[in-house]
Amino acid sequence: MGKTLFDKIWDKHVVEKIDNGPSVLYIDTHFIHEVTSPQAFKGIEKRGLKVFRPKQTIATADHNVPTLNQHLPIKDALSRMQVEALIENCNNHSIELYGLGHPYQGIVHVIGPELGITQPGMTIVCGDSHTSTHGAFGTVAFGIGTSEVEMVFASQCVLQTKPKTMRINIEGDLQKGVVSKDIILYIISKISASGATGYFVEYAGSTIRGLSMEARMTICNMSIEMGARGGMIAPDETTFNYLKGRKFAPTGEQWELKKKEWETLFSDDDAAFDEVLSIDASAIQPMITYGTNPGLGIAINARIPVTDTIPDEGERKNIIKALEYMGLQSGKSLIGMPVQHVFIGSCTNSRIEDLRSVAALIKGKKKNDSVQVMIVPGSQQVARQVKEEGLDIIFSEAGFVIRQAGCSACLGMNEDKIPAGEYCISTSNRNFEGRQGAGARTLLASPLTAAAAAITGVITDVREII
Amino acid sequence: MKALSKINSSIVPLPIENVDTDQIIPARFLKATTRDGFGKNLFRDWRYEQDDETKPKLNFILNQPEYSGEILVAGKNFGCGSSREHAAWAIVDYGFKAVVSSFFADIFKNNALNNGLLPVTVSENFLQSIFILSNTSTLSIDIEEQTITIDQIKQTEKFELNPYKKTCLLNGYDDIDFLLSKRTAIENFEKELS
Repeated sequence: MGKTLFDKIWDKHVVEKIDNGPSVLYIDTHFIHEVTSPQAFKGIEKRGLKVFRPKQTIATADHNVPTLNQHLPIKDALSRMQVEALIENCNNHSIELYGLGHPYQGIVHVIGPELGITQPGMTIVCGDSHTSTHGAFGTVAFGIGTSEVEMVFASQCVLQTKPKTMRINIEGDLQKGVVSKDIILYIISKISASGATGYFVEYAGSTIRGLSMEARMTICNMSIEMGARGGMIAPDETTFNYLKGRKFAPTGEQWELKKKEWETLFSDDDAAFDEVLSIDASAIQPMITYGTNPGLGIAINARIPVTDTIPDEGERKNIIKALEYMGLQSGKSLIGMPVQHVFIGSCTNSRIEDLRSVAALIKGKKKNDSVQVMIVPGSQQVARQVKEEGLDIIFSEAGFVIRQAGCSACLGMNEDKIPAGEYCISTSNRNFEGRQGAGARTLLASPLTAAAAAITGVITDVREII
Repeated sequence: MKALSKINSSIVPLPIENVDTDQIIPARFLKATTRDGFGKNLFRDWRYEQDDETKPKLNFILNQPEYSGEILVAGKNFGCGSSREHAAWAIVDYGFKAVVSSFFADIFKNNALNNGLLPVTVSENFLQSIFILSNTSTLSIDIEEQTITIDQIKQTEKFELNPYKKTCLLNGYDDIDFLLSKRTAIENFEKELS
């Protein structure tokens, strides 16, 4: 019987399978950042060890960095100490660091792909759940905890139990105004925030084939929001064209050799998945979430579920609690509701293509006076491209504020927070209680839907202003 | 890691589904460079009004003195969201030795096990029975036997535990020592891969 894409890569990286236990899985590339690595460095140092394979480890500072005045010392003492600890640890262990001020600095899941570090067939880990992003290149990439970061430091391996496999086939043409963020929010709304727990998901089908690499990354990025260990897409010409010529991509003869190998990375026709889902792309509308987990999403023109009619008691209580936090009403539409903030950024939607799509939509328009709009490019390279392409002029003329690269208001570890009780339509990945600041109310949506709200000041069906 | 074989304790019930790691430990508390001291900020924003320790939210379970113990019991999909191991550290630091739920998020489950915190997955019915008896019954957990018992009604359920992880918990073994013992195999593997 044939093998799945996942099996092909996983099996090739198993050093040893423990009887009745996990596998010793070899890791090709380990990304680290300032927040989840310091305790792991301390751990190996306590054992008198050095990082085993520093050349396969790449560091950046992204989670708690300010997005204003990055050339100045970080004001927040704890954030500064964490970033300084990363610098010191990388020095002590000979690890390449794209820290603050470096032209390659940025959100770890943005810089890996744009530098060509992320390549098909690799195993990739990082102490961050959105590591699934890299799966868009046909990699087995997943988030790990700090103890596992320490394992990779010590041995370039992690102990992992092989997950089950799920394939999600998405076929058909997308409606106007519907983009990859809507696809993944739609899938999560169908199968819930835990619907893929225990699985590694492969996204396939004609709709996926038609997407750019940036759009594919958005989908793989949010795999974790339905509980999946990771998400992946078989590499194809779109992948190879994206990679070719990037800083760390292979060149010349090596490129040809690698490409031949990458072309074998697909699920065989007779490969068996533990679960298969089919999605009709033409049924997907622009999506928005109304609740406090990414599974609580609806089509922009739909109504919030009527809680009285939800049969499952646990789910009903869950949604009632979410609506109470969000200050929203059961059975109501969100269209026309005022928002105070628009956040365009995060490892989900801060790439150049996302920002181009926003600029194209708002060109010549101005933001509504009642909203504050913040655009945070995913990396220094994206920020440079924004300038080169003149997008910054479009944004400033519209009254959008452009910040410097980082995770920013996606998780509010730095100063970029949404005040308690206020609404933020956000292109990020999580709408958990307090995620964007204590008491903040997050509505997840695509960059287009977020930009539409920036212009009108209220939740808007983007199809009406395209 | 300390060895762990049996837990017998009263419980702290949290009958809420999809408890995410941002609730367990909000991101603003992730700026430490050590593993210690996260317990005081466990469930911070559910526990205190306006982030103020002098203003406990009295309806939140951790602020109710009649509930205490080494076992946290929560609704399904516990620990979803961010991979932050700080969530497991906060629960351990607060004094819990086990978390019981009908469903755990993957990364959280691994993080818990890597810190000697036992995640026990029970059926939805069993979970509801625990909640109903939460202020009168203790729970007994036996790792060797892989059983959990609601002591008051003597109802027992078996739970799954990876045999490798079971050995680690029972003996306080450490994954890193295990991986270090495999370095030669890893180096040979690297030679074959290249």
